[in-house]
Amino acid sequence: MRRLLYLSWVEVLHVVRDRASLAQLLLVPFIQLVILANAATFAIHDTPAAIVDLDATAASRALSQRFAASPHFRIIGGPRSVAGADEALRSGEATMVLAIPRGFERALVRGEGARVQVQLNAEKGSAAGIVQSYAQRIIARFGAERGEREGTAPALRRIDVQTRGWYNTELDYRQYMVPGILVALVTLVGTLFTAQNIAREKELGTLEQLNVTPISRAEFIAAKLLPFWVLGMAELTLGLGLGAAVFGMPVRGSLLLLLGVAAVYLVAALGIGLLISTAVDTQQQAMFVTFFIMMIYLLMSGLYTPVDSMPGWVRMAAEANPVKHFVEVTRAVLIKGAGAAEIAKPVGMLGAFAAGFFGLAVWRYRKTA
Amino acid sequence: MSAPAVVAESVTRRFADVVALDDVSFDVRAGELFGFVGPDGGGKTTLFRILVTLLLADSGRASVLGLDVARDLWAIRRKVGYMPGRFSLYPDLSVEENLQFFASVFGTTVEAGMPTIAPIYDQLAPFATRRAGALSGGMKQKLALSCALVHHPEILFLDEPTTGVDAVSRREFWDLLADLRGRGLTIVVSTPYMDEAGRCDRVALIQRGRLLGVDEPAAVARSFSGAVLEVRSRERYRALLALRAFEHTDTVHLFGEWLHYTDRRAGNGIAADVVAHLRTNGIVADVTPIAPTIEDTFIQRMGAPEAA
Repeated sequence: MRRLLYLSWVEVLHVVRDRASLAQLLLVPFIQLVILANAATFAIHDTPAAIVDLDATAASRALSQRFAASPHFRIIGGPRSVAGADEALRSGEATMVLAIPRGFERALVRGEGARVQVQLNAEKGSAAGIVQSYAQRIIARFGAERGEREGTAPALRRIDVQTRGWYNTELDYRQYMVPGILVALVTLVGTLFTAQNIAREKELGTLEQLNVTPISRAEFIAAKLLPFWVLGMAELTLGLGLGAAVFGMPVRGSLLLLLGVAAVYLVAALGIGLLISTAVDTQQQAMFVTFFIMMIYLLMSGLYTPVDSMPGWVRMAAEANPVKHFVEVTRAVLIKGAGAAEIAKPVGMLGAFAAGFFGLAVWRYRKTA
Repeated sequence: MSAPAVVAESVTRRFADVVALDDVSFDVRAGELFGFVGPDGGGKTTLFRILVTLLLADSGRASVLGLDVARDLWAIRRKVGYMPGRFSLYPDLSVEENLQFFASVFGTTVEAGMPTIAPIYDQLAPFATRRAGALSGGMKQKLALSCALVHHPEILFLDEPTTGVDAVSRREFWDLLADLRGRGLTIVVSTPYMDEAGRCDRVALIQRGRLLGVDEPAAVARSFSGAVLEVRSRERYRALLALRAFEHTDTVHLFGEWLHYTDRRAGNGIAADVVAHLRTNGIVADVTPIAPTIEDTFIQRMGAPEAA
């Protein structure tokens, strides 16, 4: 035990003495958290929009006013014609064009059903979709209110759909993203460090000398894992604190429960790193392999796009992704306030991964060739 | 005498289609300073890695301190000290920390190891807090030796410990080895430097995976067949070329300032013949018979299988 602790302590020295490592471990995750949490949001503000009002009536101006008042749009001045609006779309000056045709007000008053046209630059597919839904919402509400006020369409008593997001009532993306980003960062940094670790000893030649010592394989791997596990836990704890204090990330469930699961999860994540490290010869190789694996793990984690909307075989493969299970647990505990019973399944999976990866790393690390 | 410290019987190891060790047998006596001498790629490192349990032989058997290297590896690892060919300490740790690290790996402390390492560590003590990466080559070797000794090993394996170290540090290092041997430690060392072979109790010549012979350094030198002529000339390089073209030349090579030459023929008057040959090439040289060195023997034996 004394030996294990001393070996771990030396690992800490290696990190502390290397400024680049230290910065990578401590500073980078937090800087990235701040940047990503504010940038990685699906909400879209200030979309440049052009309005071509060919009707020029009280009603058309009222609709234009609605768009101007919305935080989602910023109306650019200018085009008076359809051709001008087309040009604004093409040049990128406007992302959306709203065209209100002549006779808009008259049609409204007569209850004939008025039409407007919305054109979008759909270069960025998902963003265009979101902008479209904002526009539709504004137009629909405008129409409904007019209809009620003027009583022009009592027969078409519209069905009022009230949506309410559970657990995250405002659908605040930051609430949703911050825990996920935290998980991704801790995973990436932890895995990268452990992946480079044994490879570094191979490069230095110290592994050759260490191998001719009575230290056992499991002890060696454990000594490599322990310091990064402690650092990972500390980082996660700090990150959760920062997330709650600065980003208003909700903490509805038990933090202690979450940290308990994190303890298991980190063994799995660091085990992957150590497994990579035993298989490669240089730190550079370790880095490439780690980035490759992390890329797949993160994309298939449900962090950015829901796993449920992926094809069947991807969903099956995602079950073998510890990041996915931990993201699930994190969101469940933080946002939904889930207790131990509700997260039993992913936690069980994480436990299996932890044991599996650690065991594989020990097995793969041979002291004889 | 007690049982041999190392026994190797027909050890063979291949890497793909290269035979790194070919039917190598020898034994090292307890308390002996035993040297492996041979060029790079000769199989020295492979042999050491098998003996310190890092590599398995394809065939043959080897034992260290009476323990089988394949079966009793864990017992061997507690009892041997190993210094790999490459400097293999942590450059970011200080001298003290490196020592403490290896002590704790072996479940001991620096204090407990001090009696063994004191003569070496005394020279390192002024740099105790300096990072290992900032030490000079000679100091690095001494630190590596201290780290390999801190757990009181019964036998020490040093793979080319003086490669890349300056001449003064090399001599100091061999003085330390002689001192350790004087205290009863068995030491197995390899070196590409012929001059170091003379400081061993016995040397084994190894080349292309084969042992060319094991003997005391003086005996190795004596085993030389024929006579060595030292050729002294101002035009060393031209003389070398001229002798390479000489029909009676067996071997000729640069040796320090001069050339060492052996002839295919036996008998007297060869020296005069060589002088005459050089003179026809316009080279003035002084040729005298000398006592062969280990290097001469080695070059002769190395050359032999090729010529056959």
